[in-house]
Amino acid sequence: MYTYTAFDQSFIRTRVAQFRAQVERRIDGSLTEDEFKPLRLMNGLYLQLHAYMLRVAIPYGTLNGAQMRQLAMIADRWDKGYGHFTTRQNIQYNWPALRDVPDMLDALADVGMHAIQTSGNTIRNVTADHFAGAAADEVADPRPVAELIRQWSTDHPEFQFLPRKFKVAVTGSPDDRAVTAAHDIGLRIVQRDGVIGYQVLVGGGLGRTPMIGKVLADFLPQADLLPYLEAIVAVYNMLGRRDNKYKARIKITVHEIGLAEIKRLVAAEFAARKPLFSGVDQEMLAGIAAQFAPPAFDAAPAAPIFNASPAYRAFVDTNVTAHRHPDYAIVTISLKAHGATPGDASADQMRVMATLAETYAHDELRISHEQNVILPHVPRRHLPAIHAALSGAGLATANIGLISDIIACPGMDYCALATARSIPIAVEIATRFDTLKLEQDIGPLKIKISGCINACGHHHVGHIGILGLDRAGVENYQITLGGDGTADAVIGERAGPGFGADEVIPAIERVVMAYLDLRTDRAETFLQTYRRLGLAPFKAALYPAEARVHAA
Amino acid sequence: MMPQPFTPKVVTANALFEGDVVYLAADGDWTRALSKAELFTNEATAALALLDAEARAHEVVGPYLADMAPGPDGPTPVHFREAFRMRGPSNHAHGKQETI
Repeated sequence: MYTYTAFDQSFIRTRVAQFRAQVERRIDGSLTEDEFKPLRLMNGLYLQLHAYMLRVAIPYGTLNGAQMRQLAMIADRWDKGYGHFTTRQNIQYNWPALRDVPDMLDALADVGMHAIQTSGNTIRNVTADHFAGAAADEVADPRPVAELIRQWSTDHPEFQFLPRKFKVAVTGSPDDRAVTAAHDIGLRIVQRDGVIGYQVLVGGGLGRTPMIGKVLADFLPQADLLPYLEAIVAVYNMLGRRDNKYKARIKITVHEIGLAEIKRLVAAEFAARKPLFSGVDQEMLAGIAAQFAPPAFDAAPAAPIFNASPAYRAFVDTNVTAHRHPDYAIVTISLKAHGATPGDASADQMRVMATLAETYAHDELRISHEQNVILPHVPRRHLPAIHAALSGAGLATANIGLISDIIACPGMDYCALATARSIPIAVEIATRFDTLKLEQDIGPLKIKISGCINACGHHHVGHIGILGLDRAGVENYQITLGGDGTADAVIGERAGPGFGADEVIPAIERVVMAYLDLRTDRAETFLQTYRRLGLAPFKAALYPAEARVHAA
Repeated sequence: MMPQPFTPKVVTANALFEGDVVYLAADGDWTRALSKAELFTNEATAALALLDAEARAHEVVGPYLADMAPGPDGPTPVHFREAFRMRGPSNHAHGKQETI
């Protein structure tokens, strides 16, 4: 893992001291709210529906036990004893008081963490595959590149006032777990004739106008990465629309100007910038990469387990993924217990996970964009002990990738931008299918819920997507079907008119029951069935009254 | 075209220090309880009250006028967003559910 240098340490401490003074000036009246707001946003502090909210970056979703423990301490001391892990691998505290925030930021700095560029029209926290460094199918660990981009983009003087926010995701695996196609820039580390390079996607994004990223460069040499990224962001900074917030993201720039012209402009910009890079970026990347060397794997094989409990077997079947090392496993800890808020973890649960990482798993944890926590390097022989400890903390739910492993944004329970609630819908769906005892039978199914058109809940790429809207003063939920966030990303199709809050759970149930009837056998997943049959049979299940009229 | 008739409103904002939802009471103080908020039924009076509130940036952030209906226990929300602001989140008994 990357360890902060003296430069990093002094940089974030200085930033906290600056912010402390800014808070004091806001309180004593020297700064107006209009002056203070961009300053607090640069430091991750929002004002939401019921309180301030502090969004803390977990760069590329990687943290160690001490950092997780500190997040727990902050939750206990300055918040309400829990935190919310987000779809951008961040953690949000929902209840900080303004005067406490500088102390919270200092506590983060104590463990090499910060809240810089988790908001505002800048390059945001860089996300990456949550199985990085552990996945069996990986070409290269994406995190050194992500860390390089974090350092390059932090306080980058040219990119502090972009037309709009700018999100970068990196994957090093062909099986894209980082939804790179839905980012302003998606980087895919690829190998060609034994040489590592990058496939660069541009102009992806969800929100009001969902778009899948387009390939800007098919194979970018490693040494060209930063000048090329700088060229893209510079072109966007020049051409991105500042007249209309809803047309300001690079996806609209690419759409309006055309990929060919963007390519030409980026190439010209790149040619001008490349000579300015002396190679120090590559030296830094090499230094960073050394810090992400894999742990010393201890190759003691696991003893076979006889008479394992059904709960343990379900956990291993559902939450454990193959590791690049045969005697290791990747364990995904579900923050989606049936009936709980997706992505929330109590301070006690954070400490349990920290201890497990320190005791058994090379002191590493990950946060996934699917709002779960991962122990990336677990010797298989420790799986029973880990399962037992998780069970005692309410963290052993065996539902990864299943219908109750729902992504949900905070929605109108917390977010000032939301148009409807997300959390209660997620909770009710999970509870309903748990009651029906159908979850394992249904198999892989991703439901994603957003409480507004900005799509933080990634509903467009959910196999079933749910979008909460305000329709004439009533919460209303639109359903999209067939979305997919993996390598061949697809935006889901809107099924038809929305449903009221009390109608949406039965509607989801009808879609899922239709799938169970329509699938060829248990091996055909929901998404495969949808791709084979299209929207029509699912639409008929969603709107039975209309289907009867058409049949008559 | 006739102008829309004025619907009753309260002045609401978030408190500067805690960030929580506050309402302007008849005595000019900020209250955490919607039931104690002053309901403005006159458009000009409401607009003036909002101007006053905007001048109190050392106490609150982002004051605005929110539609409310008169009720036996004071103003009641017309829109569900204001109902959530009045009550707090639905997944935890936090915010106003702890204090009121």
